[in-house]
Amino acid sequence: MPQKIPSGGEKIVQCLEREGIQYVFGLSGGAAMPMFDALVDSKIKLILTRHEQGATHMADGYARSTGRPGVVLVTSGPGATNTVTGLLTAQMDSAPIIVFCGQVNAVSLGKDAFQEADVTGITYPVVKHSYLIKNASDIPRIVREAFHIATTGRPGPVLIDVPKDIGQGPCTAPFTDQLDLPGYTVPSRGDEEAITRAAKLLRESRRPILYVGQGAVIADAGKAITALAEKLRAPVVNTLLGKGAVDETHPLHLGMLGMHGTAYANKAVADCDLIMSIGARWDDRITGRVSDFCTRAVKIHVDIDPAEFGKIITPDVAILGDARLVLEDLVPQVEMADTQEWLAQCNRWRKQYPLRYPKQGGLRAQHVLDRLNELTRGEAILTTDVGQHQMWAAQFCLARSNRHWLTSGGAGTMGFGFPSAIGAQFGNPKRKVWAIVGDGGFQMTCSELATAAIHKLPVKCLIINNNYLGMIRQWQEMFYDNRLSGADLEGNPDFVKLAQAYGVKGLRIRRPADVDRVLAQAHAHDSGPCVVVAEVVKEDNVFPMIPAGASLAEMLIEKPKHRLEKPTGST
Amino acid sequence: MSASPALPATAPAPAARTQLHTISLFVNNKPGVLVRVALVFSRRGFNIESLVVSPGAEGRFSRMTIVSSGAARDLGQIILQLAKLVDVVHAIDHTGDDSYETEIALVKMFAPIDQRTQILQIAEHFKAKVVDYGADSLILQIHGPSEKLDAFIDLLRPFKLPEIVRSGKLLMARGVRVT
Repeated sequence: MPQKIPSGGEKIVQCLEREGIQYVFGLSGGAAMPMFDALVDSKIKLILTRHEQGATHMADGYARSTGRPGVVLVTSGPGATNTVTGLLTAQMDSAPIIVFCGQVNAVSLGKDAFQEADVTGITYPVVKHSYLIKNASDIPRIVREAFHIATTGRPGPVLIDVPKDIGQGPCTAPFTDQLDLPGYTVPSRGDEEAITRAAKLLRESRRPILYVGQGAVIADAGKAITALAEKLRAPVVNTLLGKGAVDETHPLHLGMLGMHGTAYANKAVADCDLIMSIGARWDDRITGRVSDFCTRAVKIHVDIDPAEFGKIITPDVAILGDARLVLEDLVPQVEMADTQEWLAQCNRWRKQYPLRYPKQGGLRAQHVLDRLNELTRGEAILTTDVGQHQMWAAQFCLARSNRHWLTSGGAGTMGFGFPSAIGAQFGNPKRKVWAIVGDGGFQMTCSELATAAIHKLPVKCLIINNNYLGMIRQWQEMFYDNRLSGADLEGNPDFVKLAQAYGVKGLRIRRPADVDRVLAQAHAHDSGPCVVVAEVVKEDNVFPMIPAGASLAEMLIEKPKHRLEKPTGST
Repeated sequence: MSASPALPATAPAPAARTQLHTISLFVNNKPGVLVRVALVFSRRGFNIESLVVSPGAEGRFSRMTIVSSGAARDLGQIILQLAKLVDVVHAIDHTGDDSYETEIALVKMFAPIDQRTQILQIAEHFKAKVVDYGADSLILQIHGPSEKLDAFIDLLRPFKLPEIVRSGKLLMARGVRVT
């Protein structure tokens, strides 16, 4: 029997199978039907989401937690525009996702056809690269290139726009591994001379600090960084996204630095004589006022993206390459540095300024998260949404291994937490996965409760409910004379009942005494999703805090008595 | 700018010149590449003063020569961000190097009889060619370094200049150096 000529849509799905894809997260629609139709006969499982934003965050959570690319399939027009937030989120945090969008017939492009949007045009600034397929014969090459681009170098989202007639029509082109990317190179090993110079500076430093970011997570550089830290006896700090690259319970680890980082991490950074960024990009959450940041310290910057060198900070030594390979070349060249006094100082700060929270006065988010940390012990994958709960989770839930902490850092996307946990659970069926969300962000993507429910995913969702957009309220209290504007989430649903409406188990924590029992009950619930609502005190603030645009020296350990000037940083 | 009877200042002040950058790009010849390149400039608040796009020696590639204004300290970053685009094969900053540069301009003039001699004298001095000779109007064509074109046009400003079309700067690195 002669082999049937596949349609463009079938060819795309065959290409996805060839890439080893297990799941496609998406929402169907007219222009995408050829691809959805092809999935019927595929071993790839389609996860039908309730909103395209949810699909992108699921693919993102899948990708970040497994290290493998996540795939999204949506339709044209509004289906595609609903992915923009997810693309931005993935772009800012270097997550490899590939988004296939249906598009109107190629002949109708630019003629305002039904559900047409210039999707490649709309998404240029939020993708690593994008394609509009004009010839079905390009499908195998484009899909292969998209996966290559999304997953190599500094990973990121790639969008493929597929006109319906391309999806519907025949595609006779064979599979290919031939890439046509003359403008795309992937750095790997670092320059030997730069590494030698870095090693010399590290050996000479008396107060070094290793500053670890998402690049270290992506490169799986944790072991090499730990070896470097132990050999040098240098303290380690990580960014919000770098959590888990190096075990945060390691004695040399000072936790997260930056705006809501630990006081001891920030004091150490402010006082170091050498700071080495390993896959971190000197974000404004980290540096505060750049002109005051580590002015006397030598700066070494390891990054796979050359455009990061000198963007914010001009390093004394820049090493272009994969963080793990660079570190593996570097470690043999360093020796124990004379850092005894420095480590003692860091430990004095650690004792003097511990993270703490009041034990009385009602149920505190910090208490709940502290106990969740105790329960999960770094073995569960934690995802967060954005806001106060995110910062408290970052402070109190210590990440112990790579790809166990997923959060929207660069974009700060509310609505990320719950769907990303669903994606992570699909990718890690044997692991416990907890989403930690606020009442505000959860409501942006909570319709995905249906997605979790129909697949009986054992994902857990802890809602830290203070009935406020808490971080907004905190800023308005501190910097805007407590004139609350757009912060009160009056009208929140009863989240337990909301969960139950989707057939999902819902539990509530009202008192501190309930915390351990309810968390353990949820943790053990494996027959389907479980929502835990912690009804926490309404008006609590995250400290330490470095006001946006201030220097590290202006860190507030606790709530100041005096009125503060409005911050100069934008957010 | 309105025509002024007095001769304008000859050259712009050197300080303003240092804010102009010349960049050459070697890119894939594909739809959308120009938008991706332009977005890098606009996102950082750089204005594109002139832009020339043409096919490369191989048709699958294109050449772009871009003159842009903006803060010099940000330019290095822009070059890196351009080079990062998947469709950009290479991006080179030629500001201040000794590459060969040229530009072509067409200038239309309303030239009554009593002004023609003066206009043609200026044209002759600059080796500009009259490419269209009408009853009431002339089109002059001039080529050379952009600064020469600036000076030529400034000299003609006292006359009526209804239209000026410039090609934008063309540039090629000398010797074995890559453009």
